[in-house]
Amino acid sequence: MALDEYEKRDFRVVGKRMPRPDAIDKVTGRALYGADMHVPGMLVGKILRSPHAHARIKAIDTSAAEALEGVRAVVTGADFPEIAPGEARNVRDNAMARDKALYDGHAVAAVAATSAAIARKALKLIRVEYEILPHVTEISDAMKPDAPVVQEGFVQENVPEGFSDNVISYHQYGHGDLDAGFAQADKVITRRFRTAATHQGYIEPHAALASFGADGTADLWVCTQGHYYVRQLCAEILQMDQAQLRVTASEIGGGFGGKTTCFIEPVALMLSKKAGAPVKLVMTRQEVFRASGPTVSSEIEMRMGMTKDGRITAAEAELHYQGGAFPNITVQFGAMAAFACYDLQAVQTRGYNVLTNRPKQAAYRAPGAPMAIYAVESVVDELCQEFDLDPLEVRLKNAARKGTKASYGPTYPDIGLVATLEAAQAHPHYSAPLGPNQARGVACGFWFNFGGDTSVSLSVDFDGSITVTEGNPDIGGSRVSIAMMAAEELGVPYESVRAVVTDTASLGHNEVTDGSRVTFAVGLATIKAARAAKREMCRRAAKIWGIDEDAVIWEDGCAKPAGPNAGKFEPLSIKEIAAKSSRTGGPIAGHHEVNAEGAGVSFGVHIADVEVDPETGHTRVVRYTVFQDAGKAVHPDYVEGQMQGGAAQGIGWALNEEYIYDENGRLLNPGFLDYRIPVASDLPHIDAVILEIPNPGHPYGVRGVGETGIVPPLATLSNAVSRAIGRRMYELPMSPPRILKAIKGG
Amino acid sequence: MQYLAPTSEDEVVAALAQADGRARILAGGTDLLVQMKADMIAPDILVDIKRIPELREITREGGGWRIGAAVSGAEFNERADICADWPGLAEAFDLIGSTQVQGRCTLAGNLCNASPAADSVPAMVAADAVARIVGPSGTRDLPVAEIPVGPGRTSLAAGEFITSIFLPARAPRSADAYLRFIPRTEMDIAVASAGVSLTLDDNGSCVAARVALGAVAPTVLLVEEAAAALIGTKLEGAALAALAQACESAATPIDDKRGTVAFRKQVVGVLARRAVKIAQDRASGKGAGERA
Amino acid sequence: MSKIHVKTRINGEAAEFLCEPDETLLEALRDRLHLTGTKEGCGSGDCGACSVTVNGRLVASCLMLAAEAEGAEIGTIEGLAKGAELDVLQRKFVEHAALQCGICTPGFLVASKALLEKNPDPTEEEVRYWLAGNLCRCTGYDKIIRAVLDAAAEMRRA
Repeated sequence: MALDEYEKRDFRVVGKRMPRPDAIDKVTGRALYGADMHVPGMLVGKILRSPHAHARIKAIDTSAAEALEGVRAVVTGADFPEIAPGEARNVRDNAMARDKALYDGHAVAAVAATSAAIARKALKLIRVEYEILPHVTEISDAMKPDAPVVQEGFVQENVPEGFSDNVISYHQYGHGDLDAGFAQADKVITRRFRTAATHQGYIEPHAALASFGADGTADLWVCTQGHYYVRQLCAEILQMDQAQLRVTASEIGGGFGGKTTCFIEPVALMLSKKAGAPVKLVMTRQEVFRASGPTVSSEIEMRMGMTKDGRITAAEAELHYQGGAFPNITVQFGAMAAFACYDLQAVQTRGYNVLTNRPKQAAYRAPGAPMAIYAVESVVDELCQEFDLDPLEVRLKNAARKGTKASYGPTYPDIGLVATLEAAQAHPHYSAPLGPNQARGVACGFWFNFGGDTSVSLSVDFDGSITVTEGNPDIGGSRVSIAMMAAEELGVPYESVRAVVTDTASLGHNEVTDGSRVTFAVGLATIKAARAAKREMCRRAAKIWGIDEDAVIWEDGCAKPAGPNAGKFEPLSIKEIAAKSSRTGGPIAGHHEVNAEGAGVSFGVHIADVEVDPETGHTRVVRYTVFQDAGKAVHPDYVEGQMQGGAAQGIGWALNEEYIYDENGRLLNPGFLDYRIPVASDLPHIDAVILEIPNPGHPYGVRGVGETGIVPPLATLSNAVSRAIGRRMYELPMSPPRILKAIKGG
Repeated sequence: MQYLAPTSEDEVVAALAQADGRARILAGGTDLLVQMKADMIAPDILVDIKRIPELREITREGGGWRIGAAVSGAEFNERADICADWPGLAEAFDLIGSTQVQGRCTLAGNLCNASPAADSVPAMVAADAVARIVGPSGTRDLPVAEIPVGPGRTSLAAGEFITSIFLPARAPRSADAYLRFIPRTEMDIAVASAGVSLTLDDNGSCVAARVALGAVAPTVLLVEEAAAALIGTKLEGAALAALAQACESAATPIDDKRGTVAFRKQVVGVLARRAVKIAQDRASGKGAGERA
Repeated sequence: MSKIHVKTRINGEAAEFLCEPDETLLEALRDRLHLTGTKEGCGSGDCGACSVTVNGRLVASCLMLAAEAEGAEIGTIEGLAKGAELDVLQRKFVEHAALQCGICTPGFLVASKALLEKNPDPTEEEVRYWLAGNLCRCTGYDKIIRAVLDAAAEMRRA
């Protein structure tokens, strides 16, 4: 790991609240999102979806649809070429069913037509002959040896015996002697938890505009968190060279992990290829819920031992996650993250990944961690109550710190959990009085944070202004942070820097905007690219002055002679060097390509006060405070925004959000009416307290901040509600009927 | 599909007669358009009634109020005078959907959509509101309570439509209240609801009461036993307990994605009890009461 | 199926278009007039991204037929700024970082504008309830509410 990057410094731009470059476009309606693009000759695409949770597709008759005037192409699974096993094949089979429809909403055919009305009419003319198969949507049912098998061929070798072939992968982490640890405890409890599948709930439905040329090249305009990955997947699915497919990311209307893969893009491309015209394909909200990628549901068994003075002596967890009809690695993240907050001598997690007849899951903000940590933090809270101990004191006593061997393997460098817990303890919220039917809950959270493949190009334009070209869709203000870091490093005014997100043909590869990696990794690459540009500008200054280039240094945004021996020259500004660049060797640019390592882990602590109506089970969140380590907050507004937004999503998950299926495996609530995300009147102000414990792996100490915020709310709310009603809750969401049942002793 | 925007009731009657059951009335459209997009209905003709002037009006009539079938929630709630007479109905109407939906939704539309969970309907039933219906055989008046006959079904005959809702004159010391339970604070469909209208005498005893429940039966329920539990009392402990019990007993709800049978039965009694207290405060001049 | 000719005024200027009888105002704005600042988040009136005003009244343009707009005065996000000069609300949204992804922002701005025209001094609770039909998934609403309250305060001072 690159842990020697950080250098302490006084910041000039970083840490201020600069106006973001895309803000004006977004408040005036000028910003173009996925569905906003129109091109001449554009057709409208629509997808036909399975009404069955599990069915063999015996035949598809598209002849009537093809004969309808205005229909220009019809696509089914048979149109896609065979490819090798792997994620691209899974994405293909999810984008368009082949032999079987694997869940309610699985695509079975698509049309492109000259109008939306004709496309809708054509879908009704497609005849699909289904043989309905037994289905399974719940984890425990799907694991039973005699369960209907969703898809064959995915079981990995290390999966223990005794389950159906829906149990496809097994992951184990931990260290120490569990038996010895539990023997030291004054109390050992075992508890079972369930969490429902939830959806990222981004407000912009998936949208893609594909244009396939007769020469075999193609362009794709799409709302995505990762257009390079879209290119990689689509090129493999359509069996074309990646260089022949140019993908441009539109402005993106939310993602939270849900737009890190493909759902409709291969279909849009295939429709365009067959029709010989551009095709725009936009999901309806119902399609988003039924056929994009919600997160997993979980069933978790948690065992923990504690001494009466609050020391956790041992802990183990068994996690069962389902993420729909295709493989995923979310349970692995859950098994790794579960106990990451604690310094434990004996710990083990075992994770099982289970296939069901539900949509193919996608990442959702700290994927896998919220549910695992919900179970851990609930059990910690219950033991605190058992021994009448302060829940923050107990967490401080057991907190991971520098040198702790994490349950998932690594030994932590400088981390911020203790400082975060201490900040929570000292905050007035923690000691504020509570009203009737109110109680306070606390919980910790963690996320790894990612780095990954990153390319940045930084151009010093002839007038001395700076263009930073990067390849990660800006989902919540990353362009402003990146421009600020470039300005900081170059010593130029923020206003002279513009950061743009470019297409896949214009810059080297960039991993998806995920894992809270962008401000860390793109920031790091931007700083390195700026340093390369500064070196080049020093060389140009040396040339202008006719001295040795080692005798030039960069300071305060100017090239200067290194010392008295170098000669006496007035400093040269970027403007001056840039103006002469054509005559000193040509345009000046810096670039940096890296597989960034050293993304520092991130911890958070949340405090919530809730009030539960004892007669209806309704929960009102009265007060909420988030504490989180940002390493260095480049733009505090957008760091706070991530903390607040993560908390709000977690509150929704804890209280009301869930996928509800009927006995036929059909999704009952595919809309914002009954998939209940928090509305403005549901929430109080969410206070955000930023801590800055520098990440040794980043030149400015930056850590990712996007994901940790969704982890603590599940247990924070559950602990608060449990304390308010005097009974422990073990299942999410804590919808009013569930809480009222618990109050009444059910 | 055809879109018609007639300017008189007669034209509507003629259009409906010609359409032979394939037409739908478009007032606010906040349910109709959702159902059309979801392919739940596919009418051949939409008859927009918003261009008929008298259907957009609120008028005084015999001490009561006549509300045109195309009056939106936002328009209704801007009328302080009618809201003072019927604060509970005003709240119920205001609870339909978002601010955006308030700009369009109507009492008659909420009624004709015939959802057992419609917010304004328990309040209208408690208010003893009467719908005016116009059709091929003329005009008739029918109590609101008799319009829904099941989920999505009304007692309107072919070719009939509602032109207005009439709210009767208020006796002194009368008030109404409406409460619904939803998991969030806004934007949900009622899981259970209760509308109450009361009249008190000089001593604060209840002399008249109507209690209507929503989302706990195939149609909104008018619960006579619940009203009987209140009349002649000062609306205190025993009477309120009897009221809640009567509501729980009358409720025959279902388990669905929004709530369970047990939850709905328990909560509907609580809501009725709380609504009575709000109505009582209002009727006895103790201010508008707490908003749910 | 013949198209309907609709004459309206949009953001103060005459506008006309042809539409299908079952086409929504949202579809006409976006696909016929290419006013794509108004967004579709749900198509069922549950998210508020398509908020516009019709004769001064806030509505969800996905729940209104385009044909109903005949003779109406429509206000969309594109009409909020006066040329290059941002409306106070737009300025405050930028200042308070009241947007992250920005897809809900046009709807919030149009809805907030309608609120402040009706009620120049709303309480925090009134703002939250008025905007309950506008979903935002990024911000937790905190900075949006602060921006609206601050805009209201500045407008009252003006």
